[in-house]
Amino acid sequence: MSTLDIRGLEVSVITEKGQIEILRGVDLTISSGETHAIMGPNGSGKSTLAYSIAGHTKYTITGGTVTLDGANVLDMTVDERARAGLFLAMQYPVEVPGVSVSNFLRTAATAIRGEAPKLRTWVGEVKEAMSALNMDPAFSERNVNEGFSGGEKKRHEIMQLELLKPKIAILDETDSGLDVDALRIVSEGVVRAKEANNLGVLLITHYTRILRYIKPDFVHVFANGRIVEEGGPELADKLEEKGYAEYVGA
Amino acid sequence: MSLLTTNYLTPTGREEAWRFTPLNRLGGLHDGTSTVSVLDSLVGPAMNIPGVSISRVSRELLVPQSHSDDVVVQRTHAESSTVFHVEISAGVEIAQPIHLTRDIKNAGGTELSRVLITVGENARATVLIENSGEIVLGEDIEIVLASNSFLKFVTLQEWDAGSIYAARHHAIIGRDATFESITVTVGGSLVRILPTVEFVAPGASAELLGVYFAKEGQHFEHRIHVDHAVPKAKSRVNYKGALSGDKAHTVWIGDVLIRAAAEGTDTYELNRNLLLSDGARADSVPNLEIETGEIVGAGHASTTGRFDDEQLFYLMSRGISMDEARRLVVRGFFAEIISQIGDESVQERLMVGIDGELAKAGQ
Ligand SMILES: Nc1ncnc2c1ncn2[C@@H]1O[C@H](COP(=O)(O)OP(=O)(O)O)[C@@H](O)[C@H]1O
Ligand SMILES: [Mg+2]
Repeated sequence: MSTLDIRGLEVSVITEKGQIEILRGVDLTISSGETHAIMGPNGSGKSTLAYSIAGHTKYTITGGTVTLDGANVLDMTVDERARAGLFLAMQYPVEVPGVSVSNFLRTAATAIRGEAPKLRTWVGEVKEAMSALNMDPAFSERNVNEGFSGGEKKRHEIMQLELLKPKIAILDETDSGLDVDALRIVSEGVVRAKEANNLGVLLITHYTRILRYIKPDFVHVFANGRIVEEGGPELADKLEEKGYAEYVGA
Repeated sequence: MSLLTTNYLTPTGREEAWRFTPLNRLGGLHDGTSTVSVLDSLVGPAMNIPGVSISRVSRELLVPQSHSDDVVVQRTHAESSTVFHVEISAGVEIAQPIHLTRDIKNAGGTELSRVLITVGENARATVLIENSGEIVLGEDIEIVLASNSFLKFVTLQEWDAGSIYAARHHAIIGRDATFESITVTVGGSLVRILPTVEFVAPGASAELLGVYFAKEGQHFEHRIHVDHAVPKAKSRVNYKGALSGDKAHTVWIGDVLIRAAAEGTDTYELNRNLLLSDGARADSVPNLEIETGEIVGAGHASTTGRFDDEQLFYLMSRGISMDEARRLVVRGFFAEIISQIGDESVQERLMVGIDGELAKAGQ
């Protein structure tokens, strides 16, 4: 049983024009097995929350705390956070030229597990993860995210989720840019990871359609850098109908 | 032993071609102040290869096939007493690389070396030159490709720390012939190579690839010159370099000339430099001169930068440490070209060397 606890998180970015405050006190607690959906309009700070938890240096923490099972996440380097059990499926996964998917996956698995996975079982593990996500085996010889279609990038993110077995995963708009079939395949991957590892999920999305596949236990409405309303799955239905108008510009 | 003669125009450092080169570190190759004390260091494979004749002939028997403005090349033409000749017969296909290596009997001495590689019509071969050891070497390698031939030409500059190497690797490419070169420079105090190409008949293509990794105090300079003098030739240039350590200096010049007669030319050149530490300097100067509008394409790109933070973040967000992430990125950066050498043991040796340098640099 793991818990990611976010208390009063305030985050800024430094620009030429000075410091811009983006997150204005976020409180959120995610435990193993739970699925939390964060929904909010573009520009409300959802990705900022995700990157701040993962440790991207572009974001400056100006207040609040983040802990994973009591350990101070904000004190950890990016790789330490991942090894502690956090995972971020990125909205825009990054191309790494010259580094093959297979080399990348094995290096990551070795880092997370603390020892190199046995070659024979590893090859099987990767094959299985790929076929479950409907990915061509030739995929593993391509360079990380290089020339991937939008859908391939998202499948690749979820494949990592299944292989690296984190405790808590943040999925930043994993649904965006996916057609209906890809959305289903990717969602099934998330559900598999949840069931296999009692994963806690923070699902960031703009639309409700992914929630048909990944049922949230809690829905949080995000606007202007903070959570402005919380509820159960029924809140998503309300958003579907009414949109974010009542929360923005307020 | 003979003192180098001095009836050449000694460069002053103000010339365009010499403005980046620290002349005082050239070991006297450019101004005749050094004495030739090494002969015939280049050696061929121990085994005979059918279809390939390797010989060392006296200079009068094989005159230079081309002209050069470069003083080191001129001196080499005038003064080296022999020519190392690799002759690949017409029509043969040699699967195994033809390995040439160095056997330097007087470490640290000076040599002027002339090499001629001739590839007969319709022949296909790979020549791999492994340069290592301690030497001050001025060298001109001329490569003549007859019609419809193919040569892959790989040179490895893995010189010892004190070595000085000033050379031209000049390809003269005949009708419908294909020349692919890979130039790897990872060792030596000063290395200055002129990878040059001259198209003499239509339909030919040249691909010039290179990687270099300069560490503290090293000067690695590659001055590419591609002369499109005839129609319908294609050239591709892609050099990638990394620099780490104080006063590591690399120079990449990409001169591509498309003459008025060279209609249908297709050319693209690219240079990328990765700065791994402060105090290193990469000069990169692409230069396209176009005298006809009737071309298929002509372009160039040059970038010099540090590690991409987003790449490192992505890798680290998967638990990979900073050191390991950098190692992956640098390996990946070089792999694109090194993987094309086609000799697994050489490729692995180079990659392990790169890892070692990264570890030393505390990256
Ligand atoms: N590096 C940055 N520089 C300036 N503004 C930024 C930067 N990153 C994010 N922002 C701003 O912060 C706000 C929140 O962005 P983001 O977290 O990406 O929102 P969301 O993911 O909800 O669409 C936006 O207004 C965006 O323009
Ligand atoms: Mg976003």
